[in-house]
Parts: sequence; structure tokens; C-alpha cells
Amino acid sequence: MRKHKRSLTGYWFILPAAVLVVLYFFIPVILTLGISLTNMSSVTGFSNWSWTGLANYIKILKHPDSGSNFATTLIYVACTLSFFNVGMGLLVAILAHHMPKRLGEIFRSLWLLPRITPPVVYVLMWTMLAADAPYGVINQLFRIPFGLSTSNWLPEYAMLFAVLVNGYIGASFGMILFSSAIEAIPNDIMVSSLVDGASFFNRARYIILPQLKWPLLFVTTYQTLSLLTSFESILILTDGNFGTEVWALWSYHKALNNYYGNFQYGFGAALSAVLVFVGVIFAIIYLKYFKFNDLVKEPLIDEL
Amino acid sequence: MKKHRDYFTPLAFLILLVLSLPIIVGYLWLFISTFSERTYGLKPVDINGNFGGLTLKNWQFLHNPDIWIVTFNTFILALLMTIGVLVVSASAGYALSRIKFPGRKSFLSLTLVLHAFPSITLLIAIYFVLRFFSHLPVLGSFMGYNTMGGVILVSLALQLPLGMWLMKGFFDAVSWDIERAALIDGCSRFRTFWNIMVPQIRPGIAALSIFSFMTGWSSFLIPYTFLTSGSKAVISTYLNSMMHSDSLSIQYGVLAAVGLFQLIPILIFYTFNQRYLMKIFSGGSHGGV
Repeated sequence: MRKHKRSLTGYWFILPAAVLVVLYFFIPVILTLGISLTNMSSVTGFSNWSWTGLANYIKILKHPDSGSNFATTLIYVACTLSFFNVGMGLLVAILAHHMPKRLGEIFRSLWLLPRITPPVVYVLMWTMLAADAPYGVINQLFRIPFGLSTSNWLPEYAMLFAVLVNGYIGASFGMILFSSAIEAIPNDIMVSSLVDGASFFNRARYIILPQLKWPLLFVTTYQTLSLLTSFESILILTDGNFGTEVWALWSYHKALNNYYGNFQYGFGAALSAVLVFVGVIFAIIYLKYFKFNDLVKEPLIDEL
Repeated sequence: MKKHRDYFTPLAFLILLVLSLPIIVGYLWLFISTFSERTYGLKPVDINGNFGGLTLKNWQFLHNPDIWIVTFNTFILALLMTIGVLVVSASAGYALSRIKFPGRKSFLSLTLVLHAFPSITLLIAIYFVLRFFSHLPVLGSFMGYNTMGGVILVSLALQLPLGMWLMKGFFDAVSWDIERAALIDGCSRFRTFWNIMVPQIRPGIAALSIFSFMTGWSSFLIPYTFLTSGSKAVISTYLNSMMHSDSLSIQYGVLAAVGLFQLIPILIFYTFNQRYLMKIFSGGSHGGV
């Protein structure tokens, strides 16, 4: 009896969370898969739709934009990930570690700024960096003084800016994890390596990097998934123009926000179902290979 | 050792400074242009392009009642979402951490999967869920499509995986003894939770509430998608509509001012609560772009 009562208590505590998870995660996943098998759109309305089986997926395979949007996504993810989320994150973490504590803290806070800034404000900032002469900062500070040609850089190098905008947000994630991992290295190892005459690069290569194996792998896979599915700042920055229509944004445009007014729910859902599928695979990988438990549970550093 | 430090510190500083340039210059621009008629690069100029033109004119938007409506909306969204996230994830986290019940393990691994799963991909389907709610008699006008309640609930739900995880972690760290003592003394589970456990995890509550509030305050995509009168919904969408307005001249000074206006509360929060926030960020935030 007592045990029975106990178990019911557990359910009461979990109930609100369970309801919300069912409503906004479970049903949506099933709906996404379901809608992706129909021809539902604003043309068919919500009543005249019919099942079309895998037609939407075949349509994706044959769609003229599929290849280019896929390539765009790949370039966007690969560049942002390697140059910023991992590369810059690592670089900033190591460099900040080799500075006086105070200074390192200032830089780390600086790199967190993009993450906490409202995306619209943050993108506005980048838009102005890239803007036409004489207003744009890049033109005014780095082009005109050297007598170089000016331009509105955003349309010309849209993909570069998409990577930069997201990269400067994303770098902080790796930076924090790497920083805490570096700080976790026992100080005597670091000091003794210096006493033994190791150079900075030797130390980075043989002492710091091996300690970062798991954080590196984790940041890489976790951020790959985040990047694959994120599109908010690209939506604000270019709205997918100038060759920046990544897969997730494409799906969003098709189903919820397109220029022509015909919202292709079915097709859009199929596009996002592809991402749902990828997401589930990644989630399984995390569960299996990462001590996700440890990583998520324990705050590794208390203060920056 | 001394030699190494002396050699590397300036070099490291220089490299970091160059890498950080876009951030530094960007925020500098935001700040300067807020108080200038217009800017050439970082230089404030007046109408004729001469140095000067410092002004408070850009802040006149504060006289426009619209901005206060959207600010109020944004505040309500952030506040209610934060309260919701706290209550729901604290109670779920507590149960996951402390109570044995059938299904606990599976719910736990489910929250893990959800935490890794990118919720943003579900936007299309959530649109349908909200449309369905709209047809419900009373509930529809409060949590359906194109209602503030709907947007709040969606934002809350998408925040839950992180929230539940974080709360569970904090509850795990509380010693069993206090709780056992309370239970033995005849305290109900709920009272134990509320009076004994919740006060023990104040840092976790602080971390999650600051993070949720900041997320709610900055949120763009969900209000933009699920409120058809989007441009006048929250500060983010208001600012976005200003940025992409079709009228001939976009006044960047005003844009910057509105942007700074939205950023100020976040900066204040951040300055005072950095160390709490670190717990979220180091714990694998979902933002993760």
C-alpha cells in the first residue's frame, strides 16, 4: 500500500512536464512524419488533403533546389563548425588560459556576448558592419583608408557572413567546455612541463589536447546537430537569399513563411522530417557514446 | 617559466584582440550610433557628414506607445515562461531525482533524448497543434494559434528538456539525510519538496530562471511564426520589422537605439549573474548555434 501511494506521488510531480512533452514534442514528431506523407498545403486546405505516400520524399530527391540547398547546408555547417565552434572555441580557450586571469576573463565574457544578445539585435550589428559606404564599418575602417573598392558586402559574401554570424555565437559553447577541461588539468603537470622546457606548442599538443578528447568530440557532434537545424539568424540576416537557404530554413519557408502564399505543409514537413531523423540518430549517439550524464549534470566551472 | 609567460602573454593578447575585433567593433557601433544622427563607420557624423551630430533623438521612439506595448508583451512572455519552466521542471526534476516510480527510468532517458533533440525542427507540426487548440472552446482563445498564451506555452515546452535536466542534477546533489528526516517526521512529499528541497537548490533555480528569462526576452522565431500580427508582438519582431521595412530610408540610429533598449536588461542580468549563467552554458545549453 505504502509503495503504491509513493509511486502515484511521482506521477503527480511529473504530470505537467509529461503533458507538455506529449503536446509539444511527441505529437509534433508524429505529426511531422504524418503530414510529410500527405499533399497538405494551403491550396488543398485542411480538409481536402490526401495521403500521397512517399511522394514528398521523391519530390525532395527530384527537386531542383535539393542539391544546392543540401550543399549550402553542408558548407555552412562544416565551415562554422571547424573554424568557429571547434577551432575558435579551442583557440580562445587556450589563449585566454595563458593570460593573466583578469584579462582572460574579460575575453571570455566578450565572447559570450553574442550568445546572450537577442538575435535580431546581433544580426543588425553584423548587417551594419557589412553595410554600404559610407555607413558600413568594414568599408569605412578597412577599405576606404586603403583606397580599396567598397561595396555592400552582405549580398556578395552572404555565406561568409552566415558563417561569421553563427560562428561568433557558437564559439562560446566550445570555449566554455574547453576552458573548464583545461582548468581541470592538474597544475603540476602544466608547471612540470614548463620546467622540463616544453614549448608552448608542445605543451598544447601533448598535454592539453589529449585531455580535450571527449570535450572535442562532444562539441563537434553536438554542434553539428545544432547547426544543421538552426536557421534563426540566417532568416533574419538574409532570409535565405544570396545562396544561404539552408535545409532547415528551406523547410520553414516551404511550410510556414514563403513569398508565394502557398504554404506547402506536406512538402515542408517532409523536409523537416529528414532533420527529425538526423536529430534522432544524433540523440542516440549522444546517449550511447558520451557520458551525457556527467556532461549535462555537473557544472564543471562555477565562475568564469 | 617566467620567460615563457612574458613571451606569450602579449602574443596571446594580440591574437585574441584581432579575433575579437568583429565583436568589439560591432557592439561599439551599436553603442555609438545610438547617440548619433548617423555614423560613417564608427565615426558619428551630422547630416552633412562632418564629425559630430551627437544626439538623443534616436531615443524618441520611447514616446511611441507601440514600444511600450511590445515591451510589456515581451516582459509578460519572458516572465510567464520563466515561471512555467521553473515550476514544471523543478517538480519533474525532483521526481526524477528522488522518487521511485515505474517509468522513471524511461522518462529520464526520454528527457535526455529530448535534450539532444533539436526542437526547432518541430515548428511546422507545432503550428498544427496550435491550430487544433484554436478550435477548442475555451482553451482555444488562450493557448491556440495566434495567441500570446500559445506562444508562451510553446516557448516553455521547448525549454523543458534543459530545465528538467538541470533541476535533476541539482536535486541529485542535495544530501538525502535532510529529506529522509523530513519524511520520517511525517512531512508529505509535496511539503518536503517545497519547504525543504527547493530552498536547497537556489543556485539552480537562479541559473534556470535567469537563462529562461533571457531566452524569453530575446525570443524571435516562435513569436514571429505563431503570432500573425507578428511585427507588433514582442521587441524582437518589432525590431525585425523595422529592419526590413520597405520605406525608403531605414534609420539605423533608431534601430540601434531599439536594439540597445532590448539588450540593456540582458546586459544587467548578465553582469550580476554571470556565475549562475555559467552553470547553464557549461551544462550544454540548447541554443548551441
